[in-house]
Amino acid sequence: MSLTLTDITLTYPDGEDRLTALDRVGLEVPRGSLTAVVGPSGSGKSSLLAVAATLITPDAGTVTVDGTATTGLTRGELAALRRHRIGIVFQQPNLLPSLTAAEQLQVMARIEGRNPRAARSRALALLDAVGLADRADHRPHQLSGGQRQRVNIARALMNDPTVLLVDEPTSALDHERGAAVIDLLTRLTHQRATATVLVTHDRTHLTAADRIAEVHDGRLHLQAPVR
Amino acid sequence: MRRLSAREVPSCAGRAHRGPAATVESYRFHHRKGRAEAVFVAWRDLKFAKGRFALMGTVVVLITLLVGLLSGLTAGLGRQNVSAITSLPADRIAFRAPGGGQDLSYSHSTVTERQWRQWSGAPGVESAEPLGITTTRATVGDRSAGVCAFGVRPGSRLAPDGGRISDSGAVLSTAAAEDLGVEDGDSFTLAGQRLRVAAVRGDAHFSHTPVIWTSLDTWRRIAPPTGTGDGEGEGPAATVIALNTASGADVAATDRQAGTRTVTVDESLSAIGSYASENGSLQLMRGFLFAISALVVGAFFTVWTIQRSGDVAVLKALGAPTSGLLKDALGQAVVLLVGGTLLGTGLAAALGAAVAGSAVPFLLTPATVLLPAAVTILLGVLGAALSVRRITSVDPLTALGNVR
Repeated sequence: MSLTLTDITLTYPDGEDRLTALDRVGLEVPRGSLTAVVGPSGSGKSSLLAVAATLITPDAGTVTVDGTATTGLTRGELAALRRHRIGIVFQQPNLLPSLTAAEQLQVMARIEGRNPRAARSRALALLDAVGLADRADHRPHQLSGGQRQRVNIARALMNDPTVLLVDEPTSALDHERGAAVIDLLTRLTHQRATATVLVTHDRTHLTAADRIAEVHDGRLHLQAPVR
Repeated sequence: MRRLSAREVPSCAGRAHRGPAATVESYRFHHRKGRAEAVFVAWRDLKFAKGRFALMGTVVVLITLLVGLLSGLTAGLGRQNVSAITSLPADRIAFRAPGGGQDLSYSHSTVTERQWRQWSGAPGVESAEPLGITTTRATVGDRSAGVCAFGVRPGSRLAPDGGRISDSGAVLSTAAAEDLGVEDGDSFTLAGQRLRVAAVRGDAHFSHTPVIWTSLDTWRRIAPPTGTGDGEGEGPAATVIALNTASGADVAATDRQAGTRTVTVDESLSAIGSYASENGSLQLMRGFLFAISALVVGAFFTVWTIQRSGDVAVLKALGAPTSGLLKDALGQAVVLLVGGTLLGTGLAAALGAAVAGSAVPFLLTPATVLLPAAVTILLGVLGAALSVRRITSVDPLTALGNVR
């Protein structure tokens, strides 16, 4: 398994009490598969994604990414794990305004001191793969919402991740563009053999999923895929 | 949107399980390491947010210009105040010990012949030269100028070309000769004493007044010193004694015996009243400018860091090391500060060079131009460092947006 969540419990302070966001959640996501996580607002979907992304340390349970248990890792080690093994597609594209589309993809490689020419070459190939070859040198304000979201997806693939975490990627897009993004994610998941977790509130996208997990009041229930 | 081909996206070499894509390009993502690019985002921010950084850069340029001009002016004014003393071939100055807890003062000190002889005969003292100082007026025809008369023994090393000094001849500094419009061999009147220009040498100033070197006897006639002694050898002889001492000289013991107080030449500068107050005020202004510079740069980068905290959260969520982000942000500050400071320093040097030959006492040296620039950059980077450390507290979780 590329991503394994074992007995994850996560609570937040809520006045004098604590609110349970995730309650002994377990999830296994194999390579080359897309698991859709659905559920009503506040059910714990995004908390689940944040724990899988190692951005929150759970109160209990274990997260294992590509065979590496994250328990006990330092912040620097967790950052390195995200840098090398995890791709994150944010709900909002969260592109840096001063960087071109190609530079959005290269930024981590350049900060790390990797070969600039190879990074640029890979960035252009990924932008081509998401249909943005002719927008490589455009800044975010020169791109449409759908194009920005595709740059967001390409950026998540830049580090060749084994785990791809996708947070509501279609929330700001119309139906047609949203469907195109889901189609792209599905294909990339299978071709790149990533363990993809797609958090979505839109059940029309569930046909793309290999597995469906519904979160309700912090508990996870696996469902049969919709085909 | 066209379909993705397996051969189109290069992959990480060495991951055989990925199939054909793994062999397309040897993009060794996990193995190839080079030199980290310190200002990848920062450099692009500088180019993208031109207006904001141009505004801040202008502020740095103006502050550096002001600091540079003030430094040159401070040094120039200082030189006009003290150059006659700092250029003396002496290492210590003996003053008459002031009473009543008073500070040393060139204008209040009067040493006697007895004190001079005690210093001359003290062990470890290589030379002791009496020096009389007074401010007076020199005239030539209908031209007159305020000058400072420095009385020395004829032949004394204290004066430039001291061998030419006699009871009827004086050595004039260049500025004094220019003010009076005289040259070698001309005559002029110094406080009623008719003297001949024996030589024009040097550019000595004391308390913003050009210096005329006369004999001690001439000096005593034009400015009779007042003294307190009544016995033989107790009459006033000069203002101070310029000393050259060897390492074995017991300065404190001789001071006690002679009733003097001896300090180094540099320490004696604070005994020039106008220098102490003027230099102190200008240095205070310069210090405040440095502090303001650091605060302004710090405030700018505080606001800038807060504004881009969303971007920082995204980069952290993607796995950017905090150290790399700090280097990036600090590199941006360094680029801004170095650029602004170099431009401001260049402008200050150009303006200084333009006014240096005029009536403005501006001194253009590496110490007055480059040192303030280095301090401005150093303090600016310190201010920026305190601001950008906020990056360490940015939570990458905020990049997800909708998590508690």
